[in-house]
Amino acid sequence: MSAQGSPVRGATTPAAGYLESLLAGRPRLPASSMAWLNELRAEAVDRVGALTVPTIRDEEWRFTDISPLTKLSLQPATAPVRHESIDVGRFALDEATTRIVFVDGVHAPELSRVAPDHGVVVANLPAAAMAHTATIERHLGCHAAFRSDVFAALNTAFLQDGAIIIVPRGAIVAAPVHLLFIATQADAASYPRCLLVAETGSKVTVIEDFVALQHDAYFTNAVTEMSLADDACVEHIRVQRDSGQAFHIANCTVSLGRASRYHSVSVALGARISRYNLNVLQTADGAQCTIDGLALIGERQLADTHTSIDHAQPHGVSRQLHKCIVGGAAHGVFNGKIIVRPGAQHIDSSQSSRNLLLTAQAHVDTKPQLEIFADDVKCAHGATVGQLDSDAVFYLASRGLSDAAARNLLTYAFGAEVIDRIPVAVLRQQLEAIVLEQTASRS
Amino acid sequence: MILQDSKTLLEVRGLRATVNGTEILKGIDFTVKAGEVHAIMGPNGSGKSTFAKVLAGHPAYVVTSGEVVYEGRDLLELKPEERARAGVFLAFQYPIEIPGVANSQFLRLTYNSVQRERGNDELDPLEFDDFVREKMKLLEMNPEFLDRSVNEGFSGGEKKRNEILQMALLEPRLAVLDETDSGLDIDALRVIAGGINQLSTKDNATILVTHYQRLLDYIVPDYVHVMDGGRIIKTGGKDLAVELETRGYDWVGEEFAAARVTA
Ligand SMILES: Nc1ncnc2c1ncn2[C@@H]1O[C@H](COP(=O)(O)OP(=O)(O)OP(=O)(O)O)[C@@H](O)[C@H]1O
Ligand SMILES: [Mg+2]
Repeated sequence: MSAQGSPVRGATTPAAGYLESLLAGRPRLPASSMAWLNELRAEAVDRVGALTVPTIRDEEWRFTDISPLTKLSLQPATAPVRHESIDVGRFALDEATTRIVFVDGVHAPELSRVAPDHGVVVANLPAAAMAHTATIERHLGCHAAFRSDVFAALNTAFLQDGAIIIVPRGAIVAAPVHLLFIATQADAASYPRCLLVAETGSKVTVIEDFVALQHDAYFTNAVTEMSLADDACVEHIRVQRDSGQAFHIANCTVSLGRASRYHSVSVALGARISRYNLNVLQTADGAQCTIDGLALIGERQLADTHTSIDHAQPHGVSRQLHKCIVGGAAHGVFNGKIIVRPGAQHIDSSQSSRNLLLTAQAHVDTKPQLEIFADDVKCAHGATVGQLDSDAVFYLASRGLSDAAARNLLTYAFGAEVIDRIPVAVLRQQLEAIVLEQTASRS
Repeated sequence: MILQDSKTLLEVRGLRATVNGTEILKGIDFTVKAGEVHAIMGPNGSGKSTFAKVLAGHPAYVVTSGEVVYEGRDLLELKPEERARAGVFLAFQYPIEIPGVANSQFLRLTYNSVQRERGNDELDPLEFDDFVREKMKLLEMNPEFLDRSVNEGFSGGEKKRNEILQMALLEPRLAVLDETDSGLDIDALRVIAGGINQLSTKDNATILVTHYQRLLDYIVPDYVHVMDGGRIIKTGGKDLAVELETRGYDWVGEEFAAARVTA
């Protein structure tokens, strides 16, 4: 799987000094009582030392030039002084009675609230580690590809806190869990981390929500690991609404047990450059995943989504709908890899990439990547890139809607197909409002 | 109905139009006064829908000469949405499907944009819901069509019904109904024709594009025009439609050609 990772460093490159400077800013982590965590971090530091920042010469980063990121002079976020001044109310989701807030990557207990529910653990890493070390140790750093991906390695090198969700066997958690990551500091690098362990037959909905209270440049480098045991069911919603100057790179790795079901909807609205890697591994028979995505970008934004669905075992099902709405001189990238391993028979997979270009300068690179090594499988895929249907625009105009209103409505409708799949009503409404507003400014 | 002293709603003179560089409309003269019902008939491809779309302002059609005056204003100067707000309505021969936009939302947006222009109050979703349900009853339309995406997966007849629902909401002064009858079953034709008749007053006018006399049994036209090759080649009363039903179009064309030779 060499293509997946970052290249190993040979000669010293300009970007190499960059990684060192990032690492140098690493605060002295408190001597952890957990030896394994220290070892994990040490190994990650080693990996950062061995890997390089990818360039467009790397197949996996062909369309996404992140060199502007290496030109930023970033500091690790300092612990923010006054959390009380932060108004989380505007980001609150009524249905999510449990919310954990991280400000510039640092846990903010005074902004968080946890409603006890069925023995479910929702806590930050140090708090959770007290009673659940064994479970955490079994999973943390075990799913994310930090040995081959430089950004996952960097995140792991900084690992000292994070959101931990452990859903015990059979627990059905009705209220969604809201993980809110707020960026407040300019030129700060933050390393959000999340681990979700859904034990056998459990069910939970998790929202990862990246928001900004600033308009400056900063760097969010997030890693999420999810493990679904047999028959577990996870709804995962991810909303990236970073500032328009931000850099957002995220790795999410999901491991699916027998007959487990994973549904994710990821929405990318913000960041100057964003990259989301979502890797789903079906480790056992009959796992199902549905992966939906929407990128809505304009101006000079770039939103890159790389997904990989690895059907390693038979009878797996995967469904994927990815949409990009690209305005201004923005650039959408989608790469959807589907792997069917030898012996993984009776796989049923479909992937659809649909892209809407709002201007002549907007562009999209979309690529399905099928690697199929079993013969009794069903794999459908398709990609379209188009503009708004001029007959539909005329139809609406002939009913009195202005050209702009008609285009906004049609653009919104294109995105709504993905938004409508979010199982949390308040979030759906929030996003519908944002999309309607942004389509007005993006066209 | 033809009324004495009624004012002219639409005056089309020498209208020529092209699409993709091909001339489709080759000099149309056409006058509609308030209160009147006009039927336009004619063979496939003769330019009926093109004429309708030019009136509605479809950007693909380029008017190369002639003029269109609507209520004393130059209609060709107006954008499609301005025409709609000024009371011009086109019921499409092939209504467009818009996935992802709820019909209720669409109907309300379109209703409000026209009301705003007329200085009337806009309706919020709840008020509109009551209002539109009343209109739907008139057209014997199932309210479940409000929750579906605009025209998406509607049968041919259901789409036509949805067009007339829009007409009922917008209350146009000049309605151009392009083959609204095709695809309708016998009962639906009666219901929809009833709806159209209810909407017609002495202040508005209707242009019906149709292939069949059967619609004209329900909505009796004051004038019947025959379009062929981008021109109106004959105009008569309602009996002309009956004659066309039995004799076809060839004789009209021959008559027109002969008249041109003598002229
Ligand atoms: N966008 C277009 N591009 C090329 N040709 C067109 C276009 N639109 C219309 N035409 C041509 O113009 C002619 C008139 O078409 P129009 O749709 O107006 O006919 P019509 O009288 O409405 O026919 P019907 O009775 O079949 O509905 C046809 O030959 C058609 O192919
Ligand atoms: Mg036609």
